[in-house]
Amino acid sequence: MRVLIVEDDPILLDGLAIGLGLAGCTVDAVSGCADARLALETSKFDVVVLDLMLPDGSGLDLLKEKRAAGDLTPIVLLTALDRVADRVKGLDTGADDYIGKPFDLDELVARVRAAARRGEGRAEPRLKSGGLELDPARRSVTLDDRPVNVSRREFAVLLALAERPGVIKSKTELEDRLYGWQEEVESNAIEVHIHNLRAKIGRDAIQTVRGLGYRLKAER
Amino acid sequence: MNSLRKRLFIMLAVATSLIWLGAAGWSYMQTKKEIEHVLDARLQEAARMVASLVADGPVAQSQGPVSPPVLQESASYQRQLACQLWSFDGRLLARSSGAPDVHMSELPSGFSDSIVNGEVWRVYAVEDQAKGIRVLVGDRLGLRQRLVAHLIEGLLIPALLVVPLLGLFIWAGIGQGLRPLSSLAASLRSRGADDESHVDGAAAPTEIRPIIDALNGLFSKLATARKHERDVTAFAAHELRTPLAGLKTQAQVALAAADPAMKEAALRQILVAVDRSARLVFQLLALAKLDAGLDMGREEEVNVLALIEEIVEAAKPAQRERRVSLDPRLRGLVIRANRELAALALRNLHENAMIYSPEDGVVQWGLGAGGTTIFVRDEGPGIPEDELPLVTDRFFRGRHKSVSGSGLGLAIVALALGRMGAVLHLRNRLDGPGLLAEVRFAHASR
Repeated sequence: MRVLIVEDDPILLDGLAIGLGLAGCTVDAVSGCADARLALETSKFDVVVLDLMLPDGSGLDLLKEKRAAGDLTPIVLLTALDRVADRVKGLDTGADDYIGKPFDLDELVARVRAAARRGEGRAEPRLKSGGLELDPARRSVTLDDRPVNVSRREFAVLLALAERPGVIKSKTELEDRLYGWQEEVESNAIEVHIHNLRAKIGRDAIQTVRGLGYRLKAER
Repeated sequence: MNSLRKRLFIMLAVATSLIWLGAAGWSYMQTKKEIEHVLDARLQEAARMVASLVADGPVAQSQGPVSPPVLQESASYQRQLACQLWSFDGRLLARSSGAPDVHMSELPSGFSDSIVNGEVWRVYAVEDQAKGIRVLVGDRLGLRQRLVAHLIEGLLIPALLVVPLLGLFIWAGIGQGLRPLSSLAASLRSRGADDESHVDGAAAPTEIRPIIDALNGLFSKLATARKHERDVTAFAAHELRTPLAGLKTQAQVALAAADPAMKEAALRQILVAVDRSARLVFQLLALAKLDAGLDMGREEEVNVLALIEEIVEAAKPAQRERRVSLDPRLRGLVIRANRELAALALRNLHENAMIYSPEDGVVQWGLGAGGTTIFVRDEGPGIPEDELPLVTDRFFRGRHKSVSGSGLGLAIVALALGRMGAVLHLRNRLDGPGLLAEVRFAHASR
């Protein structure tokens, strides 16, 4: 799950980036509206965590602008203004969720996951495809009710594929989900993760579509 | 007497009553005069009439009293006139029925007032030398007064009946006249506590317009003050809650992280966050103290260089890498100020310069032009020109934020210097990056 954090307080930004990273998210962190705009134009995020009072403008304006432009990326507002009127305004402007400072990191992560889930158009927190079941909250995978051990990156790849079983995800898309801007991407990293996953959940569970990418086998 | 209506009512009622009383008094006097005049004329006429009736030639011996009453008069004015006919030798020749049998007047002719049998009479005497008789015609003053009293009564009774009615009209009229005031009061009373809209004064009378204008001015001021308050509260909430959120998040990261390096990094961030929160608390306290206008003690001679050295020394542990340079020419500059205020202002300026200076930057304290101005300059990013007028606002944090800034430092500096009568001037350095903060003292000597 790729998350963009827009927050101007360096300590909080750092904590959020690390915290969401620990929860299995791929995180990009920026500290102003301008950077956030640039990030949203150049990459696709599953969720944006947006602070309202930013040094170069209001997060609310950015939200309005994105919604007006037809950008449906789920946005969780993060703010110190948590009067009911502020919350209502935030949600009515097009935010998917609203969390007041100070907050609980676990709660924030859960809200981010829920926002991502709704962004994909599903309500069920766990993803199922045949005998395969993924639980993003616990980052656990089971195959026919038997637990399967996967690494953080492997889980991210599997999650990206399991969101739309049968739909092809290109290698670049998968890399985007896995790595933030600052991270160095090894050229064959995705191939290695796919290889390992196949060893764990079955050879033909993930299909290679030559020249296009990979997909999860729709139904077994 | 705090009711405008009562006040007006009493004033109008008293004025009306006084005018009325005056008018009544005047008409009493006039009526009385007129009645006396008419009655005197009647006496005179009656006396002459009687004298002319007496037969020519000297009056002979007394024929005994005349028994005259001619007419049956109405009860109250019965026998108003009395008539006596005397011979020159002092015999009562004749008298009317109501007349006394002693002389009504000693005067030979003309008008006179006399007391006969305990009653006051008004008498007219006329002599007829040819006939040798004196005719006296008189009436009782008491009767005259009764007549006047009856007339005045006739005037006053309707007036007394009208007075309460008039009072009622005055009362109601004042009520009607004061209606714009009560409708203004009603519209003010029905306002919500946070209603800052203007009162509509278009239809109000000119006397009330100034009040409405003043009220509207007040509402505008109130709205501005409220907005400012809201802004400050919102900023304060942001500035207080954000560090707490950072602290909590970093603490949770420290707990959740398995990697010791990550744990340590989070703990270090917590330390920074605590330092920052502590500084924020100190600054809020300083600001509250300045706001409350507490007396910070008396003014004294303060050696600026010694004060800055003290501040630099106290701030040292946090700034190992950054260098501070003090211009020796500062020595000898003495200001007359409250030491605590001066220290508060200069300390915040110093901390600001330290916070924004890069690791290897130099913070320079120097003496400005004229010898009564000091400055501090850093090598930090400076302040964007458009933000310069705003940085002394509370909780304003511009685009160049620091980790430990609270948005209060420069607000405190400006406030403290203002209290000392000194002036803060901020500008970006022309000779490279950095901010130059200049302080012009009001009472400085070298």
